[in-house]
Amino acid sequence: MIDRVKQKINELLSGGSVKGVVALANANGHVAPCLFQKGDDLQHLSLGDRETSGDARYPLNKVLTTIARQYPDDVFGVLVRGCDERGLHILFRLNQLVADKVVPIGISCPETLALQCECKKPWPDDMTAGEKSEGVAQKRVEAAEARDMKQRFDYWVDQFSKCIKCYGCRDICPMCFCRECSLECEDLVSKGDLPVDIPVFHLTRAMHMADRCIDCGLCEEACPADIPLRLLYKKTSKIMNTEFGFTSGMNKNETSPLSMMGPAPKK
Amino acid sequence: MDYRNTLTTCTYCGCGCNFFLESLDGRLTGTIPCKTAPVNEGKLCIKGWNVHQFVQSEKRLTRPLMRKNGELVEVSWDEALDFAVSGLKAVKEGTGPDAVGFLTSAKVTNEENYLMQKFARAGVGTNNIDHCARL
Repeated sequence: MIDRVKQKINELLSGGSVKGVVALANANGHVAPCLFQKGDDLQHLSLGDRETSGDARYPLNKVLTTIARQYPDDVFGVLVRGCDERGLHILFRLNQLVADKVVPIGISCPETLALQCECKKPWPDDMTAGEKSEGVAQKRVEAAEARDMKQRFDYWVDQFSKCIKCYGCRDICPMCFCRECSLECEDLVSKGDLPVDIPVFHLTRAMHMADRCIDCGLCEEACPADIPLRLLYKKTSKIMNTEFGFTSGMNKNETSPLSMMGPAPKK
Repeated sequence: MDYRNTLTTCTYCGCGCNFFLESLDGRLTGTIPCKTAPVNEGKLCIKGWNVHQFVQSEKRLTRPLMRKNGELVEVSWDEALDFAVSGLKAVKEGTGPDAVGFLTSAKVTNEENYLMQKFARAGVGTNNIDHCARL
């Protein structure tokens, strides 16, 4: 699979259709985000798999957003999985990236990673390499919903009380780009205090993720307190789907129900 | 166009979390915790997450400052070190070496901490050495 990706990156770079390609590279015994440019050696290219598939994934769309802000006239390639492609759709919709300036290089996720993520769509529509594996049922959400309300409430209060307010969930999130963040608004979240404001802090973030979260899981992986953030956002996403038939990023040009005024559009 | 991720170790405490300092054309733009680092496994605390903000901060001190007539003024390293040496010597000679204490830090390397205790013990002649992690 990686050879096909290298070939595609080579074609894009040598043909001059992109200025650079945001992907991952092996360096110093680790995997890190990298910008490949014309003439760079692709020998160190990584797809983010170390010991298990996808265990060294990084928010490449966030890297791309940083670079594209500085170089708005240039076109860039970016390595995307299914979740990253959903992220691109939303970043285009929210004017953080321009579709004409981005060339996605899509790879599918293997079944092991899809199962671990309980990913609904572990492949991008625009696929350069790999084979589609099945979408996976949301068993974590179902298991959480099976408990009664009292248990669920206590469970989440316990989980939120572990928070050390590192803001890592926000900082790693490829969909978080606001210059001013509600989580730093002192009317909502007290500054410098622990425990975190329960449930304001995490539910504010969950609300803001409702039409943006692409279920990449990087937040949960970055959480030093092991709070099941992904489960929280999966549940939020399920509510959006049940109420509005909306799954963030799944359809390229879909408008978020949260940004519509007036009566619901006819289906 | 020069985008880089430089692997480094957090300077805020002694844990030794690894992260990438993200830079674009020489300016630091972000901190990304290293997922394959055994110490922190892709996680950081709030201080580590914001390291990129202080490194090139304009508020950062780049020259020694000495208080003269109630105001802090920039001085050369020679002048600052001479002043510190004369102060330490005066205390040592006036009241004895145990009137001096040394506080070192988890934010510096083992080698620098070694040098500090060596200076305290062999240079000044006291065992009054402590460390910010115990405060």
